[in-house]
Amino acid sequence: MIRMSDVSVRAGAFRLSGVDLLVPSGQYAVLMGKTGSGKSTLLEAICGLKPIAQGRIELNGVDVSGMGPALRCVGYVPQDGALFSTMSVRDNLAFALEIRHMPNRAVEARVGEIAELLGLSDLLHRAIPGLSGGERQRVALGRALAFQPPVLLLDEPLSAVDEDTRENLCRLLKSVQQTTNTTVLHVTHNRAEAERLAAVRFHIADGRVDALPSPTVCGSTTNTVR
Amino acid sequence: MEAPAAQPAAPALTHPSRGRIRFSDKAFHVILGAVCCVYVGLILLLLLGDTLYMLQHTSDRPSGASWLLHNPIAQALAKPEIQNSIVLSMISCTVSAFLALWIAVPVGYLLARTRFRGKQLVDAVLDIPIVLPPLVVGLSLLILFQFAPFTTPLGAILPFSTPWDHVSLNALVVYQVPAVILAQFMVATAFATRTMKATFDQIDVRREQVALTLGCSRFQAFSRVVLPEAGSGMLTAWTLAWARSLGEFGPLLIFAGATRNKTEVLSTSVFLELSIGNIEAAVAVSLIMVLGALIVLIVARVWGRSDLIL
Repeated sequence: MIRMSDVSVRAGAFRLSGVDLLVPSGQYAVLMGKTGSGKSTLLEAICGLKPIAQGRIELNGVDVSGMGPALRCVGYVPQDGALFSTMSVRDNLAFALEIRHMPNRAVEARVGEIAELLGLSDLLHRAIPGLSGGERQRVALGRALAFQPPVLLLDEPLSAVDEDTRENLCRLLKSVQQTTNTTVLHVTHNRAEAERLAAVRFHIADGRVDALPSPTVCGSTTNTVR
Repeated sequence: MEAPAAQPAAPALTHPSRGRIRFSDKAFHVILGAVCCVYVGLILLLLLGDTLYMLQHTSDRPSGASWLLHNPIAQALAKPEIQNSIVLSMISCTVSAFLALWIAVPVGYLLARTRFRGKQLVDAVLDIPIVLPPLVVGLSLLILFQFAPFTTPLGAILPFSTPWDHVSLNALVVYQVPAVILAQFMVATAFATRTMKATFDQIDVRREQVALTLGCSRFQAFSRVVLPEAGSGMLTAWTLAWARSLGEFGPLLIFAGATRNKTEVLSTSVFLELSIGNIEAAVAVSLIMVLGALIVLIVARVWGRSDLIL
């Protein structure tokens, strides 16, 4: 569950204020808005990369407002993937597990599992610079999911891929979310993408976030927003 | 009702002539190429002049003597003081380049990634060794070492005992080998820091941020994600620092002196050979330095980041 209560964030001259947002546990939420409307800033505030000026952010009932990004246990996939280019695909997937000092055998098992889920098994020994756009996004997704975070934040993950790849990745995102039962907040400006994936939809404009009528049963009107 | 005044007819649009544009473009490229050729040509002529001078004096060898043994470079290399100078140059340049990197990496990262009060001032101060005349750097070092605690015996400063308790830092450093390294380090570090800042500026900050969300501390994100990506930039900074150290002369002359077989490095050798009128040896040592600098530049271009070379 992601809950933001009366959150204000400042980024230079830009300001988001009084944001209330609720994404129930295990739901796929999509946040839409124009370029420069503050979508990415909101995600950065949730994962702790951008400090909030006021308000409260809760993840699965825990107040994480004062916590650093490392302690929030949030999977984060930025727009361009931001893969670690000096590492192999396998090392990218294993990164969060090795940071947590997991035993080697457990790391290998989890990497194998996540690679299979995302269709990366044949790419494990590949270097990052040779990967296609779609492969990069799958690796970034796998890297974020490897440590089984309860919350996954996706910042326009499909904006830099072609139409076919986008279609495949949409299917993959939906099935991964259902398999892992992760709470997802996906930022996009693509309406078709939002309608395809979202159980809960939000719209951000002029520094405010509003809930949109949900296209499916999952997005009940409990998602109150200012 | 008055009829509106007739508007003056707009001048007919004239299109630029195709011939004139073509001529202008061609002339523009010719001028750029000519300016570049003049300067590149001047650099190559300098090296060619040194080489020709050496070959000219090689032809003076006794009849039947081997060319390999009777050329100014071989003769310079055979002198024990030049051999010592080469060894000291290699050691001091390598040590000062490593020391420069130890400072340049954290300072470059700090400047590239953080904002703090007085950052502009720190940034400007870091350029002082680059813009100061080299002699002034040497003189400033020499003057600094005339003050306490550099003039205080080590036994009075250090909380533990050393074999140099009765000696001051001034006596241990000034006109000694450490002065060579310190003088080289002062200037080399400024260049290495600029290179490392440019390296960190070019590494996407998003990767570090993702590493933080994956559970890293700031230091883990720096050491596991940023440093490996900065590898080629670090090599460039190291080689630049090494090459700057090799070419250092002014601060060395003032702060370390030019004592044969003691604080003599290759640049001092050129000066000493010139001062005794041995121009062949001075040119030969210069060519040895050119060779060293070329090797370092090639290493920097092949394995480093050519876009970061200052």
